[in-house]
Amino acid sequence: MELTDLSMLELAAKLAAGEVSSVEATRACLARAAQVDGKVKAFLRLDEKGALAAAEASDARRKAGNPASPLDGVPIGLKDIFLTEGVETTCASRILEGFIPPYDGTVVSLLKQAGLPIVGKLNMDEFAMGSSNEGSAYGPTHNPWALDRTPGGSSGGSAAAVAAREVFGALGTDTGGSIRQPAAFTNLVGIKPTYGRVSRYGVIAYASSLDQVGPMARTVADTAALLQLIARHDPLDSTSAPVEAPDYREDLEGGVRGLKLGVPREYFIEGMDPEVEAKVRQAMAAYERLGATLVEVSLPHTKYALATYYLLAPAEASSNLARYDGVRYGLRAKDAKGLREMYGLSRDRGFGSEVKRRIMLGTYALSAGYYDAYYVRAQKVRTLIRQDFAKAFEQVDAILSPTSPVPAFKLGEKTDNPLAMYLMDVFTLPCNLAGLPGLSLPCGFTKSNLPIGLQILGKPFDEARLLRIARAFEREHDYSRRLAPL
Amino acid sequence: MPLSDFQPVIGLEVHAQLLTKSKIFCGCSTEFGAEPNRNTCPVCLGLPGVLPVLNQRVMEFAVRTGLALGCTIKKTSIWSRKNYFYPDLPKGYQITQFDQPICEWGKLTIDTPEGEKVIRIRRIHMEEDAGKSVHDVAVGESLVDLNRAGVPLLEIVSEPDLRSADEAVEYLKSLRDVLVYLGVNDGNMEEGSFRCDANVSVMRKGETQYGTRVELKNINSFRFIKQAIEYEIGRHVEVIESGGKIDQETRLWDTQRYESRSMRSKEEAHDYRYFPEPDLPPLHVPDALIDQMAQGLPELPRPKLQRFMSQYGLPAYDAKLLCAERPLAEFFEACAQHSKDYKKLSNWFQGELARLLNESGGAVTISTLKFTPAQLAELLTAVEKGTLSNNAAKDVLGEMFRTGKAPDAIIAEKGLAQVSDTGAVEAVVDEILAKNAGEVEKYRAGKKQIFGFFVGQVMKAMKGKGNPTLVNDLLKKKLGD
Amino acid sequence: MKLTIEQVRHVANLARLSLTPEEEQRYATQLSAVLDAVAQLQELDLSGVEPTSHATLASSLLREDVTRPSLPPEKGLANAPSKVGTSFAVPKIIE
Repeated sequence: MELTDLSMLELAAKLAAGEVSSVEATRACLARAAQVDGKVKAFLRLDEKGALAAAEASDARRKAGNPASPLDGVPIGLKDIFLTEGVETTCASRILEGFIPPYDGTVVSLLKQAGLPIVGKLNMDEFAMGSSNEGSAYGPTHNPWALDRTPGGSSGGSAAAVAAREVFGALGTDTGGSIRQPAAFTNLVGIKPTYGRVSRYGVIAYASSLDQVGPMARTVADTAALLQLIARHDPLDSTSAPVEAPDYREDLEGGVRGLKLGVPREYFIEGMDPEVEAKVRQAMAAYERLGATLVEVSLPHTKYALATYYLLAPAEASSNLARYDGVRYGLRAKDAKGLREMYGLSRDRGFGSEVKRRIMLGTYALSAGYYDAYYVRAQKVRTLIRQDFAKAFEQVDAILSPTSPVPAFKLGEKTDNPLAMYLMDVFTLPCNLAGLPGLSLPCGFTKSNLPIGLQILGKPFDEARLLRIARAFEREHDYSRRLAPL
Repeated sequence: MPLSDFQPVIGLEVHAQLLTKSKIFCGCSTEFGAEPNRNTCPVCLGLPGVLPVLNQRVMEFAVRTGLALGCTIKKTSIWSRKNYFYPDLPKGYQITQFDQPICEWGKLTIDTPEGEKVIRIRRIHMEEDAGKSVHDVAVGESLVDLNRAGVPLLEIVSEPDLRSADEAVEYLKSLRDVLVYLGVNDGNMEEGSFRCDANVSVMRKGETQYGTRVELKNINSFRFIKQAIEYEIGRHVEVIESGGKIDQETRLWDTQRYESRSMRSKEEAHDYRYFPEPDLPPLHVPDALIDQMAQGLPELPRPKLQRFMSQYGLPAYDAKLLCAERPLAEFFEACAQHSKDYKKLSNWFQGELARLLNESGGAVTISTLKFTPAQLAELLTAVEKGTLSNNAAKDVLGEMFRTGKAPDAIIAEKGLAQVSDTGAVEAVVDEILAKNAGEVEKYRAGKKQIFGFFVGQVMKAMKGKGNPTLVNDLLKKKLGD
Repeated sequence: MKLTIEQVRHVANLARLSLTPEEEQRYATQLSAVLDAVAQLQELDLSGVEPTSHATLASSLLREDVTRPSLPPEKGLANAPSKVGTSFAVPKIIE
């Protein structure tokens, strides 16, 4: 068994026991990356120097009996959407090629303070817009479970790196499913916390009212431990919730006896892969055996979620991406004649097509004459979606569904058809619109050994319960223990 | 039809920089004059990943201003993004308040030749300032300095209730006085911390429809406001009279050519695509804050002016000068506690005190005077009683100004005390007249011009300390006039 | 809902994107398809429904009016494509 096969907490235990050092673990990650990343292409860049320095500091702390956190010394990776001081951060875009941030985002600071070495920056769909990681300006990432398939997106690099054991855990972001869907495609646990649970300061913004940061790891306990380090109020983020986080691992083994789990009738649609549906239904049955009650619920406005999302997210994005204008940083077209041309060429050349598509869509939705018909209307439908969930949660404690209608699809399969790509997010989008927490958990495999994910949605700030529900299933099955054959 | 058949209609938009220490959404200093981009940080530079956090003092100043201007304070207001591209706008949008501002519907009373007039204030909202660009330093380039980006602004919008350029100037001056009194703005038009745009249109008298309005920008002094508005009114009338139409547009005031010019490159009207700012939750103003701000409101310029006139019996001219700055008015009132000849006191303020302050070139202000109001009052009382001549008092004041020494100490030191004892002066007068019998005869015979000689002799004998009035009166009496 | 090339150009202009003619065509088609898909929102009766403009439960977070250290210009301008002294330089802005 390789060192890198350990879970985060298993490694932490060994670090605590002095059986292995953080430097060894970090070197193991770097060696693993050297071995497999040529095929996986999860990393945009490695920070060997920084990671080893952090590992050394961690080892010194452990020797002094002074670990900074339960995960002190456990090497992780960060989606290239997190600003890391002194380390290039590109958001997988050409427009930020060579951009070196002069500051660390809040979650980055928190992880550094907790002592986790950051092995490198991970690939993603450009500006977090995408569901396959094919939108990266630096080439796609490959799914370690099947290299001709996508690991999902937009946190595809994060998922692939953890699944390929190049890092022990990773952070991603989720705006419409970008943590959960890649987790489902790569047999990982991933959680999108309640909106406002984790700071967005230092996270490159895509859609401000939907973006959330979350952990991705191979086990529920790892996910809980990583979430613990970043779930706190941030005075630098005005949308950060003034709610204290509980101990996420305290009652992790509490089980599901007596819980009511909702099954939304609108989430079992035509066009869903039959193997996915089968495995998800089996998981639901498993929960019944574990003592939970399944309750059918209705979320009647689910079918409008896609349209709502694809008006609101691009609208906010069109504004958030206006700062990439070549004036103060980023790509500037040097051959431009005059200011107007500088803006136009820099942005046309710096942004990829999906990004441009969404900027245009968002600009259109906000423009004079269309604002009420599109943007305001979508915000109203968003209210209805939130109300759907609020009503459902009066009857149940959590809601179960498939994470994705299909398992990992082949690279290139959906790139010609934006709409087909957008449909990948049908199950994950609604909870972003409602600001609710959502988790994806491995619940089985297809006949061709592709992972399938079960989604668990919860009430605001009920992450502890979601993790407990997930753990109850994980305990009875060995899906999480299966490793990608790479 | 002549100009007099037209009614000008003017509305004013003021942008006032707030006197906070730090910017509206980040902790950078608002101090003026630093080297370019010295007072910047990731937030106000608009780097990727940054987020705004509201400076609570900005909200306090907005509430205070709204209360002073009689506005309704909205318990809930919303931040908006105003989207456009410009090099000095780092995020590509300005955070402002569009459809739900923090204050609405207030008023400001101004004086016009026809009497008092109430100008309605439509709204007041908070927003961030943009940076600055300079265009003539480097060839073919503009240079961008973001020190000013993020400085908090209050935008105060009036209804189009103004009917002349003079009224507009009066409104601006009054508004500026209120803001300076409140301590929220320094009222400096030249430096750009108090800025004004004017919306001007004309309508034929008797009509009910407003004419097409034009926005005038780039006016940074009261003089230019008056010129620009008068010019624009004239231009509108001329165009309409000659059968043309006024285009709704933005024009810049050219301070060299004394004319307004249309701004070029406005091929498309701005579509700012306003939408609610998702990074800032709705702003809730607690009742407790409103009460606190209301309690702490100082007496405002206009009520203070009126009170100075009625309570101290001062003419409008004096009252205006004394109330121009709150510290000055407060110093005056402190003096007035002790010295009841208010007009005289006012004269000293306008005369000697003003002169001394001016001569210091700003080094000394009313707030940094070395002497106290009680001491000034003491000085004037001495003059009133006659123990100090007016001229001597001027000297003493000068010394008080420079050193902060008490007046009686200075008077004693310099031996400036004036003799007003009738007996003492009379004795000297008698002596002089006795010594100069010949002159006395000449005087009584009709040579009235020798009077000055007697005065001089008495003063010389008294070493200049004789109370001149007394000396004059006694001489006249004794010489038999 | 079919977007015309003029509409695409107008939107691209607002967004400061200098599209190639090929891009203009492509986006006109693709955006039209998306707008068709989102048109289903028109079928809902939304009378009396308030828009959700804010996702957060947080109420106003306020900051005390104290200054905090700024970024030194060397750091703030480190990624600048062009600078003169401590100012950002851009092609001349013509009013």
